[in-house]
Amino acid sequence: MSNKNDTYAYLLRLGDNALVLSQRLGEWCGKGPALEEDMALTNVALDLLGQARLWLSYAAELAGDGADEDSLAYLRDADQFRNVLLLEQPNGNYADTVVRQFFFDAWHALALQQLRVSQDPRIAEIADKALKEVNYHLRRSSDLVVRLGDGTEISRNRMQAAVDHLWPYSGEMFDADGVDLAAAAAGYGFDPSGLRTEWLAYVREVLEEGTLKLPSPEAWMQKGGKQGRHTEHLSRMLSEMQILQRSHPGATW
Amino acid sequence: MYAQMVDTGTRVAGNELDAAEVRFQKRIDDGIRVEPQDWMPDRYRKTLIRQISQHAHSEIVGQLPEGNWITRAPSLKRKAILLAKVQDEAGHGLYLYSAAETLGISRDQMVDDLHSGKAKYSSIFNYPTLTWADVGAIGWLVDGSAIMNQIPLCRCSYGPYSRAMIRVCKEEAFHMRQGYDMLMSLCRGTPEQKQMAQDALNRWWWPSLMMFGPPDADSVHSEQSKQWKIKLFTNDELRQKMVDQTVPQAEYLGLTIPDADLKWNAERGHYDYGAIDWEEFYNVVKGNGPCNRERIATRKKAWDDGEWFREALVAHADKKSKSKLQAAA
Repeated sequence: MSNKNDTYAYLLRLGDNALVLSQRLGEWCGKGPALEEDMALTNVALDLLGQARLWLSYAAELAGDGADEDSLAYLRDADQFRNVLLLEQPNGNYADTVVRQFFFDAWHALALQQLRVSQDPRIAEIADKALKEVNYHLRRSSDLVVRLGDGTEISRNRMQAAVDHLWPYSGEMFDADGVDLAAAAAGYGFDPSGLRTEWLAYVREVLEEGTLKLPSPEAWMQKGGKQGRHTEHLSRMLSEMQILQRSHPGATW
Repeated sequence: MYAQMVDTGTRVAGNELDAAEVRFQKRIDDGIRVEPQDWMPDRYRKTLIRQISQHAHSEIVGQLPEGNWITRAPSLKRKAILLAKVQDEAGHGLYLYSAAETLGISRDQMVDDLHSGKAKYSSIFNYPTLTWADVGAIGWLVDGSAIMNQIPLCRCSYGPYSRAMIRVCKEEAFHMRQGYDMLMSLCRGTPEQKQMAQDALNRWWWPSLMMFGPPDADSVHSEQSKQWKIKLFTNDELRQKMVDQTVPQAEYLGLTIPDADLKWNAERGHYDYGAIDWEEFYNVVKGNGPCNRERIATRKKAWDDGEWFREALVAHADKKSKSKLQAAA
C-alpha cells in the first residue's frame, strides 16, 4: 500500500523538476538566439509549467491543510524543494541551456514511460499527457545537440564545454533513495537506477552523432537536490520567483 | 500606434500620377487587394516596408517590458498566461517580418535596421514595467490600442499585411481581456494591490494615448496612406475611440484616469480629454525615452550572443546537403 507522505514526497520531485526548469527557460523568453528558437523554447517552458501545475496540484491535495499549487511553488524555501541539481543550474550560454535540456529530456522521457503504467491512476494520467510533450522536447534537444555539435568549431567547443560542465549533475537522476524505493515497491513509481543503461546508450549515440565526447560514466556525481540540499543557485532563483507572494502575504492575483 | 509617423516618401516630377499609378489607385479604390507579384509604385512598396517592419519590430521589442515579469509572475496560472502572451508577440513578429519580406526586403536587413536605429518601433515600449500591475495595464491599454488600430488594417490594401492582421487581432483581443482580468484581481484585492493598479494606470495612460501618433494637423503622411488604404482612420479618430472605450472600463475597475480635464461632451457624443505632452512623445521617438537605450541594447545582445548558434545551424545544414550531393553523385 502506498503511504501518503511518501507519495507526496515523490510528487514534489516530479513537480519541482518541471517547475524549476520551466522557470529557467522563462528567463530566455524574448532573448533567444533566433526568433523561431525563442518561440520553441518558450513552448517547452509552457509544457513544463503545465506539468508542474498538475504534479503540484496533486501533491497539494495529498498534503491537505489548504495547500495548493501556488502555496507549494511560492511558499516553500529552497531546502524544501526536491528538484535535481541539474535543473537549477544557470542558463549559461545557449549551449549550456541545450545540454541541460538534453540530459533531462532523455531521462524525463524514460521516467514518464515508467510512470505511464503507474498503479496510481492519477500519476499514470499525468505521465501519459506529459510524455507526448516530452517526446517532442527530446526530439528537439537531441536534434540541436547534433546540429550544434557538428556545426562550426566554435559551436562544437561550446557544446563540449557544456557537456563536460553539466556532466557531474547528470548522475543524480539515477540515484535511488528511500522515496524512490518506496514508490517502486508500492507500484506508483519506479527505481531510477534501472534507467541509467538505456539513458547512457542514448546520450552516447546522440553525442557521437554530434561529434561530441561522452565524459566518463564513472566520474564523481553531485547529488542532494532530491533531498533538499541544493546548489547556491536555487535560493537566488526562488527569491526572484517568489517575491510577490512573499511580500504580499495572503493576496490573490 | 505600433507603426507611428510612417514616412510615405515624396513624389518626384510634380503631382501628376503616371498611367500605371492611376491604374493602381483605381484598383485600390475598387477594393482589389494588392498581392506581392502585382505591380506597385515604389513609394507604396517602401512605405509598406517601413510600416510593416516597424510593426514587427514593435512586437519583438514589445516582448521585453512584459518579459521583465515572467520570472516574477505571482501565480503559476498568471505565469503561464504571460509566457504564452509574450510568445504570441514573437509569433506576430515572425508573421509580420514574413509579410514584409514579400515586398523584397530580408529579415536580416530589417533586424540590422532596428539595431542601427534606422528603423523605429512603437514609442510605448520605451517605458519601464515597474510593478506586476504594469503587465495588466499593457494588456488592457496597449493591446487595447493596438486592436483599435489593427482591426481596420484587416481591410488594408496589401494582401499579406491584411491577412497577418486578421490573425494577430484575434490574439490581441485575448491579450486585452487577460490584462483587464489581471487588473480586476488587483482592484478586488488588498489596498496595496489596488494602489499598484492605480499607479500603473497613472503611468501608462498618457503614453498609451501618444501611441496613436501625432495629432492629425501634424501628421504629414496620413493623407497618402489613407489614399492607399494602408491607414483607414486618422490618429485623432483612433485616439478618441480609445478614450471613449476605456473610460467606462476604468470606472468599472474603480480606477481614476489621471486627467483632470476628462469629461463627457454630450454635444460631441465623445469624451473630451486634456492636452497631451507631445514634447515627451517626440523625445521618446528620438531615443530619449526612459528605456530606449536599454531595449535596443538587450535586443542587440541577444542577437550578437546568438550569432554562433545561427552560424552553426547553417554550417551543419551545409555539411548535410554536401554529403547528400556526394551520396547522389
